[in-house]
Amino acid sequence: MKEVAEETIIICIGCPKGCNIHVLHEGKSILKIGGYTCKKGLKYAQNEFIAPKRILTSTVIIRNGTLPLLPVKTKNAISKGKIFECMKEICGITVKAPIALGTVVKSDIGGTGVDLVATKSINVAPIA
Amino acid sequence: MQTDILIVGGGVIGSAIAYQLAKYNLDITIVEKESDICMGSSKANSSMIHDGYNVDGSTLKGKLVLKANSYFENLCRNLYVPYVKNLGSIFVGFGDNDLKIMKEQINNGEKNGIQGLKIVGKEKLHQMEPNLNPNARFGLYNPNTGTINPFELNRALAENAVLNGVKVLLNTEVQNVIVRDGKVKAVQTNNGLIRTKVVINAAGLYADKIAAMVEKIDFEIKPRRGQYFLYDKKWGNLVKHAIYSAPTKVSKGMIILPTTEGNLLAGSNAESINDKENFATTFDALEGIYNNMIFHLFPMLPRNGEVITTFAGLRAVATGEDFIIDYAKTVKGFINVAGIQSPGLSSSPAIAMMVEGLVRDLHYDLDFTEKGNYRVDRPKPLILRDLPYEERNELIKRNPDYGTIICRCETVSKGEIIDAIHSPIPATNIDAIKRRTRAGMGRCQSGFCGPRVLNILENELNISPLKVTKKGKESYVLAMNNKDLSLQEGRRNYEKIEL
Amino acid sequence: MKKSNYDIVVIGGGPAGLAAALEAKRSGVKKILICERGSSLGGILEQCIHNGFGLQYFKEELTGPEYADRFIKKLEGTDIDVKLNTMVIDIFGKGRIIAVNRVEGVFEIETKAAILAMGCRERTREALTIPGDRPSGIMTAGTAQRYVNVEGYLPGKEIVILGSGDIGLIMARRLTLEGANVKGVLEIMPYSTGLIRNKVQCLDDFQIPLYLNHTVSCIHGKERLEGVTIAEVDKSLKVIPKTEKYIKCDTLLLSVGLIPENELSQKANIKLDSATKGPIVNEKRQTSIPWIFASGNVLQVHDLVDNVTEESEIAGRSAAEYINNQLIVRRKKISVTYTKSIGYVVPQFINFNDTKEKVIKFYMRVRHPDKNVNIIVKDNLGKVITYFKKDTVTPGSMLVLLVPISLLQDNLENINISITRG
Repeated sequence: MKEVAEETIIICIGCPKGCNIHVLHEGKSILKIGGYTCKKGLKYAQNEFIAPKRILTSTVIIRNGTLPLLPVKTKNAISKGKIFECMKEICGITVKAPIALGTVVKSDIGGTGVDLVATKSINVAPIA
Repeated sequence: MQTDILIVGGGVIGSAIAYQLAKYNLDITIVEKESDICMGSSKANSSMIHDGYNVDGSTLKGKLVLKANSYFENLCRNLYVPYVKNLGSIFVGFGDNDLKIMKEQINNGEKNGIQGLKIVGKEKLHQMEPNLNPNARFGLYNPNTGTINPFELNRALAENAVLNGVKVLLNTEVQNVIVRDGKVKAVQTNNGLIRTKVVINAAGLYADKIAAMVEKIDFEIKPRRGQYFLYDKKWGNLVKHAIYSAPTKVSKGMIILPTTEGNLLAGSNAESINDKENFATTFDALEGIYNNMIFHLFPMLPRNGEVITTFAGLRAVATGEDFIIDYAKTVKGFINVAGIQSPGLSSSPAIAMMVEGLVRDLHYDLDFTEKGNYRVDRPKPLILRDLPYEERNELIKRNPDYGTIICRCETVSKGEIIDAIHSPIPATNIDAIKRRTRAGMGRCQSGFCGPRVLNILENELNISPLKVTKKGKESYVLAMNNKDLSLQEGRRNYEKIEL
Repeated sequence: MKKSNYDIVVIGGGPAGLAAALEAKRSGVKKILICERGSSLGGILEQCIHNGFGLQYFKEELTGPEYADRFIKKLEGTDIDVKLNTMVIDIFGKGRIIAVNRVEGVFEIETKAAILAMGCRERTREALTIPGDRPSGIMTAGTAQRYVNVEGYLPGKEIVILGSGDIGLIMARRLTLEGANVKGVLEIMPYSTGLIRNKVQCLDDFQIPLYLNHTVSCIHGKERLEGVTIAEVDKSLKVIPKTEKYIKCDTLLLSVGLIPENELSQKANIKLDSATKGPIVNEKRQTSIPWIFASGNVLQVHDLVDNVTEESEIAGRSAAEYINNQLIVRRKKISVTYTKSIGYVVPQFINFNDTKEKVIKFYMRVRHPDKNVNIIVKDNLGKVITYFKKDTVTPGSMLVLLVPISLLQDNLENINISITRG
């Protein structure tokens, strides 16, 4: 049975122009892409349509530190669809000070294969 | 619990009465239903100390405001309340009808014994107020009009009372008054029964509700809402006196004046409403006040932007428009102090004296001998930004918290905020701290200091940060801790705005 | 009262202060002090845990704390003094600065030059005079950001955001990720003032609607916020009657503009520009008071921290030149003016002859969004000095124009900047 052709519009985020790129597709197969004004836009739209990815930034609870929260990020972009699953896992993570910027807080976060890393160094809180 | 005299209401009137009676060996208790004193009409008004030149001297409010005026100077000096005795007011006129009203006001003022009133012509008027609308033609100048910090007056009166043994019970609401054999015996509150000989009803907007607990009453307290603009201190020097626009049947006219703290206050209109809890501002009123008064008098003032805030106050207006300061008709020991609308603030010392007279005339077994250790003042409030550097350093050496600045806009230190939390009438929420220290009254409106003040409250009161409120009751600042799994699970049913 | 001496004092230890101090050190200045009111360096970056920083300056995509860390690490390798938890409370003439902290109390610093890097604050509900009740549950997006990212709390669960500025968009995503329901973003203008990237990744990704030409016309709630009335506005930003709609919510976040923090500048009687709300400066970022320089958000509200860094390096270098008497004044000062279609231009004056710099960077914003425009730079006789073609311009995106100094003739008195279609 032949699939119906659909159109998805992807707004390019590469520059302030924000071109509306039209992707004509059957299911996940791209038939035609139009509306871009540069090569970067075309590449972005292709990637965004086939496998949208995002860098996820958040915080985790840190004990005994000078601050109560440690900011973290996924070292690389993860699949957009996995964001909420990762957030659930992040909810449950607690680390202990000291932590250095770049430390892997959790590897393979949410089953994405990507590491969750600290984006700040936090020292142990001085004893009052 | 037992007391001799129970005052219902911790506004400026209840506090002034407590202050007045605190010099005697009486057991006095103030009950206040809100989380802090000064949360009703006392919190939101024009800060004016009227001398009474344009009141009807034959009314009770007229007599009391005229009597009260001379007491403020000593009172404010003893209690360290910011007060500008001779700010002076000018009713500014544009047309001949205004001149007619001015002449009537001068007659009235002279009848009331006020001296110094005079009409100034265009040249003198603009000399006195260089930024005034150039079309203003004349003005009625009264050198006697003053301005005060109303929060600080309320607080100072109450604090002095506490230092002299008065008890202040916050979050305590009178639910019923127990009368037996035609005499007041006790009040029932949400925090238990308080046995008392005398009840003084200074409950402001709710004075009718309290009065009706003992008998059928023939008056009603109907709120009259007035809205205000408070301008940035940058504009504080624009206006040199309290400037009035033309009076109406229900108000002295709108005013714009420099406050004791250096802001510019402009307002208010007068609108009868039904809801005693409706402190909301409205678009129409704000537009009206700006277009018809503010812009009309001082066209360089912006409509928004350099506005610190807008707010509404409710006047407690009694049927008949006058103060009702009298015994209940059918019950002994119950004194109503109701309908204290303008010039209530300006009359407060005289109201307190009149109430003392009423209490004495009960001829109850009350000890009116003067307290041995009575103090007429209170400790000078520590306001570091007003002190010379060397004095600040002495304080910081003793207590380093005075060296940590929490509110950047108004320069308020951690030490001052902690002092407010532990003051004789403790500040236990964000707004209570704001009224006492000015933290949060500046340009960023708690944007910077808010989280830090919350943190200080959390530590000083030993409570969860989730329990910190803006103004008591359910006004929590925060909702929950983050990292909450239950929220993560519940996303499915989220509703978005649909137009 | 304790007194100390420095060559340069930097007021503010955020990205602007850090870059200015480092550049001053690189230019050979000996005694430099940074006064920072917070408990750590990094300024607002410490709570900006999202990424998008450094694409221009480091050619990498970093989060706020990572960007700040690059400069803090560099600082640790120098002898630049840092005083944390220290608030500058006064600036007097002839290089006298008064500051206070809990350890030293109120103390005096005598300095040859100062660099203002105090950043900005957020516009409030109160300044907009939005009518209604005054419950809890109303705060600016930046304050909410601090609660969520630094303190660890959610300010609310059912959230409406007024203003499509970047801070509001970022918080829409952040709060959604933490489990709150962001019901929508309202923007009074007919265009969004934030980056498109943020619209897509903060709103579209989470099906959060953005309604242009809308505002909050009334606030409801006796103690805690209960709801807001939203309404459509016309071209003059007035509420269109009968478009009001009540939206139940417990939190209102405001992202309605940033205002440079110039309390100190006003105390020092520095001349301010009513358009930028920051000090009037020349190309060296020198204010109307010769020993005081300014850079970063205190001078003009930036979109990219990378530009803050570059501007602050100019200020740091220039303050160094100033104290070493290396500034060569032009014969004629050039005033910079602009037409009505432009919001502002920094710097407002060009005062110096520079043997080291080859270009002058003009930072500016347009008043209205537009496409296919030319930004034209003319001299006082109306002759075109140079021009720049731009595909898309919008008030939400600061423009940086690089004008070669060689094009600025000796006898030039005025530069006028305008926009034409074409």
